[in-house]
Parts: sequence; structure tokens; C-alpha cells
Amino acid sequence: MCRVVDLHQAVLVKNDERAGALRTELAARGTTVVNLLSSPGSGKTALLEAELALAASRGVPVAALTADLATEHDAERLARAGVPVKQVLTDGLCHMEADMLRAQLDGWLPDGTRLLFVENVGNLVCPASYDLGESLRVVLASVTEGEDKPLKYPTAFGLAHLVVVTKDDIAEAAGFDEDAFRANVRQVNPGVEVAVTSARRGTGVGLVLERALAVAAGGAVHRPVMARNGSDGVGDSVAGGGTGVEPGGVDDAMAGGVPVRGRS
Amino acid sequence: MHEMSIAVAMVEQATEAPAAKGHEKVTAVRLRLGELAGVVADSLRFCFSLACAGTPLDGASLLIDFVPGRARCEPCGAEWATGMPPQLCCPQCEGGRTELVAGRELQITGLRHADGEPPARTAHPASVQAEES
Repeated sequence: MCRVVDLHQAVLVKNDERAGALRTELAARGTTVVNLLSSPGSGKTALLEAELALAASRGVPVAALTADLATEHDAERLARAGVPVKQVLTDGLCHMEADMLRAQLDGWLPDGTRLLFVENVGNLVCPASYDLGESLRVVLASVTEGEDKPLKYPTAFGLAHLVVVTKDDIAEAAGFDEDAFRANVRQVNPGVEVAVTSARRGTGVGLVLERALAVAAGGAVHRPVMARNGSDGVGDSVAGGGTGVEPGGVDDAMAGGVPVRGRS
Repeated sequence: MHEMSIAVAMVEQATEAPAAKGHEKVTAVRLRLGELAGVVADSLRFCFSLACAGTPLDGASLLIDFVPGRARCEPCGAEWATGMPPQLCCPQCEGGRTELVAGRELQITGLRHADGEPPARTAHPASVQAEES
């Protein structure tokens, strides 16, 4: 005897709900979250150091939370900017989730923090699926990583609100073709802005901070095509509501007990 | 390897679903998986079997409905298969005002239970689609 239950439920609905609640809660506290994603070594920490120093010099209250599998090296580097910084150790987990971020905030995040930067685990695959309650998702790629990075990691770049090129000071030595990179970004995320930066030279650092502050002030945010799937919001994993299997079909298809179709 | 987190979330939801209350064992979970969801089906299958161990889903099969990515151009109306990596600019007019029609799905669409105890019909009658067989 068996029974089939129809259950149209997004797998990541819990994370999405927690992220939405966190976004609302932080908005009430005047804080906007900026989520930084990139592969390891592409310069998230260096850019963040520069952003924090610039924000501090302008008197903008900012804070940063940095996630790694192990070590507190990044927090030590970021703390030099003199702003609140916290290290999260994921104990091997490849990405941050909304409740992991929420758990860090009480007793640490000062009231009146304008921008909270979250440096996600260095990884262009897994963090892309998890909304952290951010209002601005920044995806970085350094000039040494190859112009086709956006095509190799389309989910990460496809859901970006802002794409940042890092290490522009060595672009020439690396033979970086900026036009080709921009064309590849456009293929997976038409209309998204690409900011070219060098943390070492300080170029582009102000632009990124301006964009974050504009979002914090309620300015419009780019809406990626990949996020427009019947509903709003980064990380939303629900496809258009009632497009499921028709009644009866569920049971028929399940009766065989074999996977219908795997990866093509 | 966020597939393990996803598999754990699937097991949680299959166990906690109101319509599933009163059942001892889930024998199959049916999932719609979009081409652009960023989830590897084979990896998810492996993680799912591990995540099910010791739960009411122990030994449950995972049935995956694969949903290809499709996009549509708002201004010119062209519709195309996005492919992978996805082409999200219009191949016809080269515009960027595109809507994703399908491809980001990651959704549990059904559960199959194997026991003689039907779920309480009064709880969530609308969510019960199929009759006992």
C-alpha cells in the first residue's frame, strides 16, 4: 500500500525565508548587507581592506564578517581598518547560509552600522545558491583568472548585482582582455555593471563603495535575468508556482520507482 | 558540494511536511531540477542516499525531473533554449531585456509513502493529490 503526496515546496525555502527575515530585520536597524563572492585568491580580502579603510576615512559606519574553512588570518588583516570585524569558521562547509550569518550578529554588530560586508567562503559554486539577506551581491574575478570565468561559473556571475574585476594593476602582465570578459559577463547577466578595481592602487575602490551606499540609501539594484524566474530575489529557488506535475501524473511516474531522468 | 546541504534540507522537508504526518516511511521523493539551478544531479543522488540514512527516508529513491533552461526576449518575443553556459542575451535582437522562463527549479513536487496509515485528511486536504493504491 502506498500513497503519493503532492508537495510543491522549494528545497531552499527555509534559507530563503531566513534570509528575507534577516534582510527585514537589518533594514529596520539601518544596515545593508553586501555579500562578496569569488574563487579563492581573487582578492576579496584585499579589496575589502581597501573598502573598509576608505569607508572609515569618510566616517561611514561599516563592519565586516569574513568566512573561511579555517584560520583567522583574514579577520586579522581586515581589523587593521579599525572597524568591527568578525571571523566565521565554517568547519569545512563550502558556503555561508542565512542562519549562520544571523547567529553572528547579536552582541557584535553595532547599532547604526550602515554597511555590513560579508566575505563569503572562497568558492564560486556553492555560495551562489544561498541568499544571506544581502541587498547587494558582488561577484569578483581577478585579471589572472581568465576572461571566460563568467561562463565557467554562470550561476555565480548570473546572479550578481555588481561584477568587480580585481588586480587591474597587473592586467597588462596577465594579458587580460577586458572586452572579452565584459562580453562573457553580458552573456550570463545582461545589464550588470562591471567595475574594474585595483586594491593596490586604490582605483575603483570608491566606485564599489558608492554603489553599496546607493543601495543602502534605497537606490535601485540591478535585477539579473537568472533571478527573474517567476519571482523576485537572489537565491530564490522556486520556479513559477503551479507548473508541477498534473494530478495522477505523480503517482504514475513514481510507480516505476526509477529516476525519471538525470543530468543530460 | 552544497549538494549535501540541499539533500539534508530535502530530508527535513519530506519528514516535516504536514501532509506526511502519520506516515512511518517515505519511499520516494520527486524533485524538479532546473538546468541553471547550480546543482549536480549525480552528486545530489549520492548525498541524498547518505542524508536519508537513519531517517524515515532510509533507502528512499530520488526521482529527478530535469527542466531545461529557457529564456524569452521581452521586446522581440524570441524564445530559446539557454544551453550551458546559458545564453541570456537575445540571439535574435541581441537585447538584454530577457526573462528566464524555466531552468532555476529546485523543488520537491511529491512524496511517496509506504504504509497503511493515510495522513489526516482534515489537516491539509488540498495537498493530497493521489489516492491510495
